[in-house]
Amino acid sequence: MIKSISIRAAITVVVCLAALFYLIPSLTDNLPEYWKKNLPADKIPLGLDLQGGIHLVLEVDTNKAVETILSRSAESLKETLMEKKVRFRFVERTGNNLSAAYEFPDSQSKAAFEKILQDSYPDLEAGSSETRDGRETVTVRIKEKRIGELKKRAIEQSLETIRNRVDQFGVTEPEIIPEGKDRIVIQLPGIKDTERAKNLIGKTALLEFKIVDEEHPLAEAVRGNVPEGSQLAYEYRIDRESGRRINSPILLKAKTVMTGSALESAKVAVGDRFGEPYVSLKFNTQGAQDFDRITGENVKKRMAIVLDGAVYSAPVIQERISGGNAQISGSFTMDEAKDLSIVLRAGALPAPVTILEERTVGPSLGQDSIDKGSWAAAIGLIAVALFMIVYYKLSGVVANVALILNIVLLLGFLAAFRATLTLPGIAGIVLIIGMSVDANVLIFERIREEIRAGKTPRVAVETGYGKAFLTILDTNVNALIACLFLFGFGTGPVKGFAMTLSVGIVASLFTAVFVTRIIFDYFIWNRKISKVSV
Amino acid sequence: MELVKPGININFVGAMKWCVIFSLVLTTLCVVSFLWKGFTYGIDFAGGTLVQIKFKQNTSADSIRKVMTGIGISDALIQPFGVNEVVVRTAESTSDVKGLAGRIEEALSAAYGKGNLEVQRVEVVGPKVGKDLTKKAILAVLFSWVGMLIYIAFRFELRFAVGGIVGVIHDVIVVLGIFSLTGKEFTLTIVAALLTIIGYSIHDTIVVFDRVRENIPKNAKKDLPTVMNESINQTLSRTILTSFTVVLVVAVLYVFGGAVIKDFAFALLVGVIFGTYSSVFIASPVVLAWEKYWPSRPRRKK
Repeated sequence: MIKSISIRAAITVVVCLAALFYLIPSLTDNLPEYWKKNLPADKIPLGLDLQGGIHLVLEVDTNKAVETILSRSAESLKETLMEKKVRFRFVERTGNNLSAAYEFPDSQSKAAFEKILQDSYPDLEAGSSETRDGRETVTVRIKEKRIGELKKRAIEQSLETIRNRVDQFGVTEPEIIPEGKDRIVIQLPGIKDTERAKNLIGKTALLEFKIVDEEHPLAEAVRGNVPEGSQLAYEYRIDRESGRRINSPILLKAKTVMTGSALESAKVAVGDRFGEPYVSLKFNTQGAQDFDRITGENVKKRMAIVLDGAVYSAPVIQERISGGNAQISGSFTMDEAKDLSIVLRAGALPAPVTILEERTVGPSLGQDSIDKGSWAAAIGLIAVALFMIVYYKLSGVVANVALILNIVLLLGFLAAFRATLTLPGIAGIVLIIGMSVDANVLIFERIREEIRAGKTPRVAVETGYGKAFLTILDTNVNALIACLFLFGFGTGPVKGFAMTLSVGIVASLFTAVFVTRIIFDYFIWNRKISKVSV
Repeated sequence: MELVKPGININFVGAMKWCVIFSLVLTTLCVVSFLWKGFTYGIDFAGGTLVQIKFKQNTSADSIRKVMTGIGISDALIQPFGVNEVVVRTAESTSDVKGLAGRIEEALSAAYGKGNLEVQRVEVVGPKVGKDLTKKAILAVLFSWVGMLIYIAFRFELRFAVGGIVGVIHDVIVVLGIFSLTGKEFTLTIVAALLTIIGYSIHDTIVVFDRVRENIPKNAKKDLPTVMNESINQTLSRTILTSFTVVLVVAVLYVFGGAVIKDFAFALLVGVIFGTYSSVFIASPVVLAWEKYWPSRPRRKK
């Protein structure tokens, strides 16, 4: 313990001024200009439950991402084998998306295949192989140790893509962080149209261009006989007259001729005829070349624009399209078109996501919670302070000084470290008001005992503090242990509670023990009082 | 002012037997209630959808239920929540973007007029999240016990640590039991309350034990029950005062804190009261019983 009162008082003043310094921006809106420019001007950040907003927990289907990578690699491997003139047959397998199989007529072809696999496909490995009638079938799968890495990449890509989308949507201070193995937590403060936000974030936005299969009869496919190499999809349209949604089946060639990854930009434009919004696409250089070639090869055929499996439109290619422009029209509202252009610009998610958890708080409920919480804190503070004065007289006043300092330090800490204040956090502050006086109660009861035993004020205070200190330390450490596990357990709001509670406990060690002691010592040493008012 | 006269000597140790019996009956009842009645889990744990709606005027739960049935939600739980506010809960949760919450809002707007209601809060929790959370909650509670056990055993002695933890387990069971019996909703914040109660109860116990630890060498001639009783009497004033201030603020929270944290404050209120009780009447007898069967060395010499 430092003996000098002035040094201890100086420490206290510095700590409290520092806390106040960080706290002031949260207390007033009219900060002077020079303060805003040069000094910390951040308010205590409020949790979503207090300021309103949306909290989402997404799960990324990382298995699907791996499947997609496999099917893309298998497709590319097929093309390479053809290019290198290796004799093979691709074995279609239904129901197994985690491996692909190739059949070879002779061991020479198989050897060539293995070399290609080893040289150009580091993610793939040959799995089981079996020989039947002199033909060898080899299955190919993603290397076990690469799977984890690919999954991690899928999460990173999803994070990046969602960040891009949210940024373009224009949310202030969004928080987008990974959680656990395959989850993403998204917090968007102040969002009102939650459905739109969810739409924007949750859409996979896989844009594909496919050629419509007009050689096979559609009716036959609808009945269930989808020809090999084709797939059945649905076109969604809103009927202009009835306003109802129409789903009409359409048969597509399964091969994707282009994807959204070839896009350079996407923006909203307005049609000439009805003034309806559509999304205008611009391909990058490579994309423009491909688009030019593909449209050239398929003149007079229909090309379907497929987004996440649904056909948006399937116009007839009238002529070769050079210049790399295309458009997606559908029955969009302006907002829908705007959001679609955002997701296309930001790119597709590598795998579909599902919303595991959603919490939305309206702004008026948040304000209501702040008001009620502040009320409860004020009433609690006054009640406890009054009680302390009634019970401990002047010493009670000293304890109240410590109590108020405790709250200032606590709030100052939240502001300085940008720790979020939540509704349970406010409850934590109220609780701290009741609990932190315990240290002073312990000390004062000890002092009373010592005085009763006939000790002088000086000795009574000294032994009172000395004996109570270890108890206070032990009790607070245990309370902190509980807080620690609470912190690890909780999500947003509960973390806020654990935060205010633990900071309050630590601050109370300083204010209720260190600071009050200075005041007692001052009166006993310097003013030489003969009686302690306790 | 003094509430507790100095030199007070209440025979706490004598009353402990009855209190232990009372607590045994109480905790057994609570455990029976867990097993038999179970808990009303909030959507945090059970999964489901919750929509809190504020109406312009008083709207009866029955008419809301009709609207819900109209859109195919027959299991909706409709609870009043403050003035002209209701919480609609259903066990279902959907992961599609529009979601159940959107459909509920749409249907209510259609039924009562768009301007007459405001959606205050929407919570949708998938079943997977609930399962993870239950595991995390149980682990958090257990680990906090182990953490404290180690700390107290290190700072005091093992018997004190065990006594303290038994007291805390008692408090947790009682609070859980009251939630089970009253059918109050068990949510994420209640777990936060439980951990706070654990922290508070052990806090209270340590104050008593600390005094016992201090008094043992001073009273080498007295047996442990006597020392224990004196220590409890000596710390009685602080035990009552601190519990009073904490109960005071928790009661304020309960009355003024708003509907969202009412149940949280209720759990704390129950927990603080039982936490104070268990420090004296449960944690201490455990230490005494321990002493009876495995006396500590200095005592055996005597």
